[in-house]
Amino acid sequence: MSNMTDQAPLLEIKGLEKKFDLDRGFLETLKLRGGKIRRETRAVHAVNGVSLDVHKGEAVCVVGESGCGKSTVARLVAGLLTPTRGEIHYEGNRIDHLGRQAMRPLRKKIQMIFQNPYASLNPRMTILQSLEEPVRHHNPGFSATEVSERVIDVMRSVGVDPAWAKRYPHEFSGGQRQRIAIARALTVDPEFIVADEPISALDVSIQAQVLNLMLEAKESRGLTYLFITHDLSVVEHFGTRVVVLYLGSICEVSDTETLFRNPKHPYTKALLSAVPQLKDDRPNHIRLKGEIPTPINLPKGCPFKSRCAFADKRCDEEQPKALQQPDGSLVACHAVEEDRMTAQV
Amino acid sequence: MSLLSVRDLNVKFAMRDETVTALNGISFDLAKGERLGIVGESGAGKSITGFALMNLLSRPGFIDSGEILFDGQDVVTMNNKQLREIRGNRIAMIFQDPMVTLNPVLTIGQQMVETLRAHRKVSHEEARQIAVVKLREVYIPSPEERLDQYPHELSGGMRQRIIIAIALLLDPQLIIADEPTTALDVTIQADIMELMLELCQSNQVGLILITHDLGVVSQMTERTLVMYAGRIIESGRTRSIINDPQHPYTQGLINALPQQTQPGERLRQIPGNMPTLAQIPSGCAFNPRCEFATDTCRSQIPKISQYGEVEVACHEVHRLQLETQLEDQEA
Amino acid sequence: MSDLSQQQQLSRFAKIMDSNMMYSFRRNPVAVASFVVFIIIAICAFLAPVIAPYNPYDPAQIDLLNSEYPPAWVEGALPEFVLGTDDQGRDLWSTILYGTRLSIIIGICAVALQAFLGISIGLVAGYVGGRTDNLLMRLADIQLSFSTLMVAIIFLAVTQALFGSELFNRYAVFFLIAVIGVAEWPQYARTVRATVLAEKKKEYIDSARVLGFGPMRIMLRHILPNSLSPIFVISTVQVANAIISEASLSFLGLGMPPSQPSLGSLISSGFDYIYSGSWWITVIPGVVLVVLVLVINLLGDWVRDVLNPKLYKG
Repeated sequence: MSNMTDQAPLLEIKGLEKKFDLDRGFLETLKLRGGKIRRETRAVHAVNGVSLDVHKGEAVCVVGESGCGKSTVARLVAGLLTPTRGEIHYEGNRIDHLGRQAMRPLRKKIQMIFQNPYASLNPRMTILQSLEEPVRHHNPGFSATEVSERVIDVMRSVGVDPAWAKRYPHEFSGGQRQRIAIARALTVDPEFIVADEPISALDVSIQAQVLNLMLEAKESRGLTYLFITHDLSVVEHFGTRVVVLYLGSICEVSDTETLFRNPKHPYTKALLSAVPQLKDDRPNHIRLKGEIPTPINLPKGCPFKSRCAFADKRCDEEQPKALQQPDGSLVACHAVEEDRMTAQV
Repeated sequence: MSLLSVRDLNVKFAMRDETVTALNGISFDLAKGERLGIVGESGAGKSITGFALMNLLSRPGFIDSGEILFDGQDVVTMNNKQLREIRGNRIAMIFQDPMVTLNPVLTIGQQMVETLRAHRKVSHEEARQIAVVKLREVYIPSPEERLDQYPHELSGGMRQRIIIAIALLLDPQLIIADEPTTALDVTIQADIMELMLELCQSNQVGLILITHDLGVVSQMTERTLVMYAGRIIESGRTRSIINDPQHPYTQGLINALPQQTQPGERLRQIPGNMPTLAQIPSGCAFNPRCEFATDTCRSQIPKISQYGEVEVACHEVHRLQLETQLEDQEA
Repeated sequence: MSDLSQQQQLSRFAKIMDSNMMYSFRRNPVAVASFVVFIIIAICAFLAPVIAPYNPYDPAQIDLLNSEYPPAWVEGALPEFVLGTDDQGRDLWSTILYGTRLSIIIGICAVALQAFLGISIGLVAGYVGGRTDNLLMRLADIQLSFSTLMVAIIFLAVTQALFGSELFNRYAVFFLIAVIGVAEWPQYARTVRATVLAEKKKEYIDSARVLGFGPMRIMLRHILPNSLSPIFVISTVQVANAIISEASLSFLGLGMPPSQPSLGSLISSGFDYIYSGSWWITVIPGVVLVVLVLVINLLGDWVRDVLNPKLYKG
């Protein structure tokens, strides 16, 4: 990581926030509180001040449980959503809030792979139509032969048989469709790929195929990944760096190896211990009390305090900042900062 | 005597032009209080097995032949009244999505009381008390208040706990759980699994856990069946199967897990895809994806037989064993 | 894999015959019977100039002396008029053929207009969302709160008064198509908007946006082809409705003039003679209208059963 920090990051996220309003329109914001009518807006705070750098050639994994805002981060980076606050820079240029035309050159550089291979291909288009469309759109000057050459190249490189071209998505299994979806993203020759849970809808034996394919593409094309997942065992294998999110805030950012050898944040520890291991013959995990709170109108203090065994008064009052640890990782936890955890164990 | 004994179960689906076989010659036993895992990928027939065990298959699926003896009685030949007596009362089922099982317009209490009073002669008040006891057993805080809440007011983990409480309501002898935690987050999944294990052990309830996750099977069960394309291809003690799998598919499944490979290296993938029911390859269904396949594998269906500590359905299992030994020696 | 390559070799026709839709069609006797009846009616209607023994639009072929002959199976019939004649001496069989053709043309054109308006508005409302959506859908609500017939009657009465009845009669077909087409667009707009909202959430739309495609391309190339099923379902029902609307308006004297009778105006013109015993002028076109609308509705029911994913899965 240290040799990478010398270069400017490829993608830079600064203080990213995204709020979804639940009450739209004036009438919905009116609520009856204690006999009086008040105006209040409820909002889901999906992402709360996330800052992150991604360098060229990295595979940064964002992990967390449902509702932690990891997919929202992916969609913000891919330009499907605009942030409420904060900035996203790509190669030094600010890319959030760009119009569609201004975004167009970037679309060739940043591509996205989606979770559900059954929904990410247009069911009424043949594989060939699906793959040729982006090539034509971004290279208006291409002749028909150039387009089909590019498409066949990409199909071969991801293991999609060019003989499948005339068929429709419903004729393929989940794994094959995900290959086709990856091929589609690669047709515009991107350099940065946002992958939102690309393997969680697939079977174990197929997950390995798709992960290998993504690793191969990374090496042969020099891709950089922002990989969203809930599956920590995949992270260990795929990621160079890991970001752990909880309720829209960063808990811990660390090199993959460091994180798995020495997790520091109490949430990271619980998450790691909860992955069922083949060697266990009974559940063997750190129990967290309570359940994940809803991200509607978050209370102040540490977002994890309600489930944390180490929470104290300070955690109730003050949201912890991500602080650099001696081994290079960033951890946002008062207990780690004050070294309270080691005392108790 | 075993609690459940399945003998040569065949399940078919009547499709447009032909009948396809979804389950082929499934046989296994489950002792009282035993925990069994059924592992396989989508399309292997593991969920159909779960439904067939309770005779819950609906058209176009049907049980073509075979016996399912529960406590000595054949579930296949039972009439609807006898089936109702068995379902819920003596065998309970837990599904993947709690929202499918819970009725969204009834409170938790109404649903629990209704279930109880359908099978037992108890007063409304007594039923509520039993419900509170069961909710407490699954560690639901302030159970009295939960009784008057609707399913949508509760979180996913809480709902799955309530499903488990409902499943336990009538003190069943067997719980069939079909991917009970797939829709939940890892930390919640771990809690629910621990809870189920504890309840099964303390009440001597049998468990059939249907899942794709080998890690979960390893934590929860004593014995495991591995299914592929509607057949059992390997069965035995869970530890033996996880530590020393014999069938090339089971080996592939375990080796494909990211935990089994050094970070950064290629995962050991199984090539190809699971066949669909309509086009299962001749011979051993796994042969097109298997690196050890021979002509025998392509023409003859292997029978399941004892090999070492497990039962396995593979023609080449002896050769495989030799090759792994050789590899070990070289290494 | 091998049988998939075989599938590719099958001809397009065989593929269509093998599809789910054809399968359920062949298995549904009501649908098959309705379809056969509809096709017979449609073919007869469109071949009217060939089949019909007389041309009801040609005054030279009409003789008032032939008026009110009963159908062939009733006493006092003339053999050359199989279904009898109407009050003006036109051959009823020929007039019904021409009238059915007119009714079907008006029905289909009116629905095409409805579909064009409704689909465009529904697509824009669903895809753009926000204020545009609110505005367009409130417009649709207002339109729906007037009954179709009421709007049509007012509109047609006003145009008739404005242009004079001669000019109106000459262009009656277009006025009818316009008024029936405009009055029912919200049906389409609502259905299309609902499917667009459902499709818009799917990942292939996100994928198209990430690839940088413009809104027009996404709407027409990606969303519209996937919203066709519900459009198809309401279209069949709407054709039947449009034919009924046309018949009602003509019956009220606001539709096709007696010189170019549609089924509705034929029924209407015969109504005056029903008490004098000439029941056939009203009843026979009435039966044709009922059968036509019934078979279209039955076909519509079948299409809905096949294409409605909710019923399909359930």
